[in-house]
Amino acid sequence: MKYLDEYRDPALGRELLGRLARTASRPWRIMEVCGGQTHTLVRQGIDELLPAGIRMIHGPGCPVCVTPLETLDRAMAVAARPGVTFTSFGDMLRVPGSTTDLLALRARGADVRVVYSPMEAVRIAEENPDREVVFLAVGFETTAPANAMTVLHAARLGLANFSLLVSHVLVPPAMTALLEDPDCEVEAFLAAGHVCAVMGWREYEPIAERYQVPVVVTGFEPLDLLEGILMAVVQLEEGRYDVENQYARAVRRRGNDEAQLALARVFRVTDRAWRGIGTLPAGGLELAPEYAAFDAVRRFEVGAQHSVEDPDCIAGAILTGARLPTDCRAYGIRCTPRTPLGAPMVSSEGTCAAFHAAGRTGSTP
Amino acid sequence: MNIDCPVPYSEDDVVQLGHGAGGRLTAELLDRLVLPALGRRPDGPLEDAALLPGGGELVVSTDSFVVSPLTFPGGDIGSLAVHGTVNDLAMRGALPLALTLAVIAEEGLPLAELRSVLDSAGKAAQQADVPVITGDTKVVGRGAADRLFLNTTGIGRRVPGLAPSSARARAGDAVLLSGPIGLHGTAVLSTREGLGFETDIASDTRPLHRLVRALAPFGDAVHSLRDPTRGGLAASLNEIARDAGVGVEIAESALPVPSAVAAACDLLGLDPLIVANEGCFVAFVAPDIADAALLALRAHPEGAQAVRIGHCTTAHAARVELRTLLGARRVVDMPSGEQLPRIC
Repeated sequence: MKYLDEYRDPALGRELLGRLARTASRPWRIMEVCGGQTHTLVRQGIDELLPAGIRMIHGPGCPVCVTPLETLDRAMAVAARPGVTFTSFGDMLRVPGSTTDLLALRARGADVRVVYSPMEAVRIAEENPDREVVFLAVGFETTAPANAMTVLHAARLGLANFSLLVSHVLVPPAMTALLEDPDCEVEAFLAAGHVCAVMGWREYEPIAERYQVPVVVTGFEPLDLLEGILMAVVQLEEGRYDVENQYARAVRRRGNDEAQLALARVFRVTDRAWRGIGTLPAGGLELAPEYAAFDAVRRFEVGAQHSVEDPDCIAGAILTGARLPTDCRAYGIRCTPRTPLGAPMVSSEGTCAAFHAAGRTGSTP
Repeated sequence: MNIDCPVPYSEDDVVQLGHGAGGRLTAELLDRLVLPALGRRPDGPLEDAALLPGGGELVVSTDSFVVSPLTFPGGDIGSLAVHGTVNDLAMRGALPLALTLAVIAEEGLPLAELRSVLDSAGKAAQQADVPVITGDTKVVGRGAADRLFLNTTGIGRRVPGLAPSSARARAGDAVLLSGPIGLHGTAVLSTREGLGFETDIASDTRPLHRLVRALAPFGDAVHSLRDPTRGGLAASLNEIARDAGVGVEIAESALPVPSAVAAACDLLGLDPLIVANEGCFVAFVAPDIADAALLALRAHPEGAQAVRIGHCTTAHAARVELRTLLGARRVVDMPSGEQLPRIC
């Protein structure tokens, strides 16, 4: 594990912080898009160590947080059906829908299971032909290829009792939507390293060019983030707006061909509602018509839902970086990781949960 | 067509798995339901073991074991059931005098498996030098239990001079940790059915009473002991901070997280600070004896990797703070309920 330790080395970290302080001649606002990066930044307290004036805006890149309430309510409606085994990644279980969450449903007898890979859900379907097995397929370009492979695998096996509840989202349309907002304060982006490992960074080049905004593909370790921030600040200071790759050990420009092929076979791009942000044109993925048989929404006819957000929750403004969790009147009072009102308080990648876990209060900078 | 969720919203009216995870939900259950029902006010410290009323230096503790799978790298439910209770007694400075062992087995459990874990329990008791003096056997129908549950109750006697309590930690205390963290939880998780990853991590399950006895020469200067089982180090430190009303400050750079544990936790999106342990403890000791206590721990094989991880302070009372590798501070919160792995 020497490899990981090198990306957490305190001496190198201090050196990068020093270089940042010497490089930045004025305040800059940089958004890390990805929730995993928010998690590291807050966990390590990196955002508080940055030179005065360099502000990190925590972006909408937490897959749990942006999954629309309608999708969650569909998940609850499906999971509550007799004969259904509902499978999901762990951190979706605590996200409140309009009326309940999956953990509470499980306590009441629903068959809800945590899986670590969607392939496990296929195995459960194979072993239990009398059960309808559903997998909650959420997340960005990172989780989508594995879910695509799952569908291909299930189709090969001819499984009739397996389906996906799909709510995949795509990063570039979200960045575009943020930049189109006249109130957008973001001056540079850290792009998510693992998304780029799948998709490459070609699709960010037109964004950088059109909006004249630097984009740095960045990893997830503390030193990755510091280096990514430094690279972004250097570009800003020099007036450049290129797409640069800090995460060269994992990402190449064209990305992963095989993963992209699987995505193209199984999914097609669609308009997608992002929780707190609204519907983004071409903002997500849905199952392609050839694979509609694997669509849980059709199979269980749970298309329409009455979904109501808590009126106090400012998740939307949090997700776009317009407000901080500590600006919210429910933060830490009505809304805690134990009793979340909105999704950013649920996932450890969510900005509110990251702030809460780090003990941030209104008086903390 | 509208399909509203048929289940009315009220997340608190049935028991959830998180209620047993040793974090905030467990504490809530104890404070709001268990303790009031038993006529106890939920204001005193909740210790790993209790002094027997009218029993002088006698200490009693009970613990149930529901681990799945029954056997995991480094141990099994049998050895765990012995070590768990021996260690709970040890955290009050007591050496075990006797154990009871109760078995709840599910119909259909192979006798060979029952024999194997009971042999292991017998061996563990022998190695801990404690007799199992009575017990109980129940069998429940298929589906009424997850194969095998064990309960052990232990009686111990405090080592003369030792009187650790979670309420006795005080500002200035050094915080020592007797060994690496995260091994047990990741070992169990790595073998749990369907997880599909393999590591060479083995549980740290072992008896800790001899290691506690090594602290006897420091007597009253040993203020608090706690073995960070469910809820991990984060829960134990928070419990002591709360019970003693002190602030606890630890340094991330001092935390002994084995590289395999760190890697497994990174992969699964878990936090080593809230992963369960079964073979280490934290000791809050007076600062003037800290170095000597550390040497005494290191003189034993089970304490060979003991380290100092922090200290107590009057600042941020009842809170645990961690100095990150890069020098920033963050609060280490009480884990809430079940540990749920992150998506990516």
